[in-house]
Amino acid sequence: MEEIIISTIQRTMVAGTPLLLATTGEVLCERSGILNLGVEGVMAVGAVVAFIVTMTTGQPWLGVLAAVGAGMAISVIHAFASVSLQANQVVSGLALTMLGLGLSGMIGKPYVGRPLSIKMENVEIPFLSDIPYIGQAVFNQSPFFYLAIVLALVSWFFLERTRLGIQVRSTGENPKATETQGVNVDLVRYWSVIIGGGFSALAGAHLSISYSKSWVEGMTAGRGWIAIALTIFALWNPGRAIWASFVFGGIFVVQYLLQPLGISPNFLAMLPYIATLVILLVISFRDPRKLNAPAMLAAPYKRGER
Amino acid sequence: MKKIQRLEMVDICKSFHGVHANKDINLTVNSGEILGLLGENGAGKTTLMNILYGLYQPDGGQIRINGKPIKISNPVESISHGIGMVHQHFMLVQNHSIIENIALGYKDTPFFFPKIKIRERVKEFSRQFDFRMDLNQKVWQLSAGEQQRVEIIKALLNGADLLILDEPTSVLTPQEIRELIDILRRMKADGHSIIFISHKLDEIMDICDRVTVLQKGQIVGNADTKDMDKQGLARMMVGRDVSFKVDREKLEKGSQVLSVEDIHVTGDKGLPAVKGVSFNLYKNEIFGIAGVAGNGQRELAEAITGIRKIDTGSIRVNGQNITNMSPRKIYDYGVSHVPEERIRFGIAPGLFLYDNAILKQHHLKKFSKRYFLKYNQVKNHAKTIISDFKVSTHSINNQIRNLSGGNIQKLILGREISEQPDLLVASHPTYGLDVGATEFLRQHLLQLRRQGSTVLLFSEDLEEIFELCDRVAVIFAGELMGILEADDQRLCDIGLMMAGSKRVGDNTHLPENNQV
Repeated sequence: MEEIIISTIQRTMVAGTPLLLATTGEVLCERSGILNLGVEGVMAVGAVVAFIVTMTTGQPWLGVLAAVGAGMAISVIHAFASVSLQANQVVSGLALTMLGLGLSGMIGKPYVGRPLSIKMENVEIPFLSDIPYIGQAVFNQSPFFYLAIVLALVSWFFLERTRLGIQVRSTGENPKATETQGVNVDLVRYWSVIIGGGFSALAGAHLSISYSKSWVEGMTAGRGWIAIALTIFALWNPGRAIWASFVFGGIFVVQYLLQPLGISPNFLAMLPYIATLVILLVISFRDPRKLNAPAMLAAPYKRGER
Repeated sequence: MKKIQRLEMVDICKSFHGVHANKDINLTVNSGEILGLLGENGAGKTTLMNILYGLYQPDGGQIRINGKPIKISNPVESISHGIGMVHQHFMLVQNHSIIENIALGYKDTPFFFPKIKIRERVKEFSRQFDFRMDLNQKVWQLSAGEQQRVEIIKALLNGADLLILDEPTSVLTPQEIRELIDILRRMKADGHSIIFISHKLDEIMDICDRVTVLQKGQIVGNADTKDMDKQGLARMMVGRDVSFKVDREKLEKGSQVLSVEDIHVTGDKGLPAVKGVSFNLYKNEIFGIAGVAGNGQRELAEAITGIRKIDTGSIRVNGQNITNMSPRKIYDYGVSHVPEERIRFGIAPGLFLYDNAILKQHHLKKFSKRYFLKYNQVKNHAKTIISDFKVSTHSINNQIRNLSGGNIQKLILGREISEQPDLLVASHPTYGLDVGATEFLRQHLLQLRRQGSTVLLFSEDLEEIFELCDRVAVIFAGELMGILEADDQRLCDIGLMMAGSKRVGDNTHLPENNQV
């Protein structure tokens, strides 16, 4: 029993990590007023680039870096369409997802099923990892896990406690007012989309070089969509995204626990998605004004228009 | 010593989609001077000021400070030259606190912990101008007057020597207007220059030293206010004489059109907004409901037109019970509505002008057949409204959002009265309109009355109430403080009634038993 509990917690943390990374990125992006539905695609690109670079160079961190760069680069497409061209962000985001999934499948073809021999060592935090039960489960994890939490906290601090953060949030709430205060709205939105894309790619890198240590087409398995739902669930707050992501990570793990009890694995595989739906429904029934959604989310902004 | 001793705009030109918004504009403002910029809706006042503030680029012309030509390509440059602007629609982030809004634009905001570090500075400034506000309050919780003060602080903190105020009084209560004028006088004495945009002649005469009048994008006059009178200014602005008196002939009261009985309505915040209001309206009359904004006027208007649910009580139109029917049904029973927030409730901004000309009427036989609209008839109808109501637009194939507020209002009024309604519910119909358009709209309301309709007029403008109404009710905290004939002597106390400190009881002046 003891072992089951520890391994459940441990696996929950692992499953929640990519969700947290992608959600933090999407929160940053949406706070600037741009809806990015391309998370799933950027994640896939991040996963395949990280895998290929790690395998050929033997340097996992180089793989991570390359993945983040690729994710940022491909996100420029969405930034260009939604900021410069004021296109419909839903359409452009969906296009990015399809492009990313297709592209990753294509360039990853020769690597399907090949195992990755290079390992990323777990980081064991001294003393804390000696705490009974949770010590080994929480404080002996891959570097991605700590990185995700630190980045989420930094993002929260950035949004709430820095001048640039106020500018980003104001851009999402009222771009026209923000512009009259001398902020370059387009620039803020470009960088928010690009950095958000970097976060998504980081989540993908975790999947391919740390979580499963292999590449297969479609391995992101809808996690990008869950991150978009989590963004709403976390009420656009990176701090809240931390526990929300691990709750969802837990739902991923629960399916393996329930399987031996004779519940159909197909049904269990549905759980994360059902949970997403339920949460979206619950949130929608609440007062939308209390939701805290950026007021101008997904609304294109054009300078100098009346 | 102020940075801006003298600011000049020379030969400024700007056009949108081939239409001149500004043509060869020249104006000057000196330190310690208040310049009024007067003009009808769409005369190009706001465009001109947006050029000065760097939001638009002029097609031609020059801006000079103390004789030196400068280029202003964005608001940051304008701010650094010492120009500040308070926009008509406040440029504030509603969901953010006052301090966050100020930190956003303040040039000395530090990178880390901005809210904590500039708080002292803002407090000091607020004391200087006697603004008392909790800086942690969210902007949406503030009254219009308070929001405006936040805007003024924002501009002054950035060292604005020239302050542009775009129609600053249009959203304020009379008390707040007096406070604003005090602040402006203090700033003037301090050596600031102020450009004050308005179409209200009284304010211009009261506050400004000089006035520049714009008409259709061009300057039609310059004057010192001490040499001018209201009539002269109005003539300059509209290009013809304007009558400030409207003729309201006596008309016999007709049969009963609307009867409201003891209705209770809940407001947006879940609190009772209308508490036991009853009154009756008759053919050939204009019935005014006066009161300070936010005392239940909006909820009452929405209850009568079917937008808001009534908790208890009943409403009848021509004897037919319409309580809690759908707005469309109520419209079909002869009730038209000119709503308070015209952009949100009066039009569909992205649709064409002709689509907007038949909102709520698309189902009528003359505009549709089975599943299809008869676009020929619809377009002809739109053209009729445009010519009858002098809506200025170059085409009916134009998104209505491109029209100015006054023209939108004219179109809404035209649409609502084109079907000869038995009852027109009009909420602040002349709000934000210039004298020309206001006069025009009032004439139409009177004509409607002559033709046997009833008008229920909600207005904060007492002058308007007295000019137009046959009977006046005063609303306070969701209750009617009294219903009086327009010639009743006790109307002198209307101020007290609006403040809720006086109630006028039922008496012989009201022939039908109006329980108040």
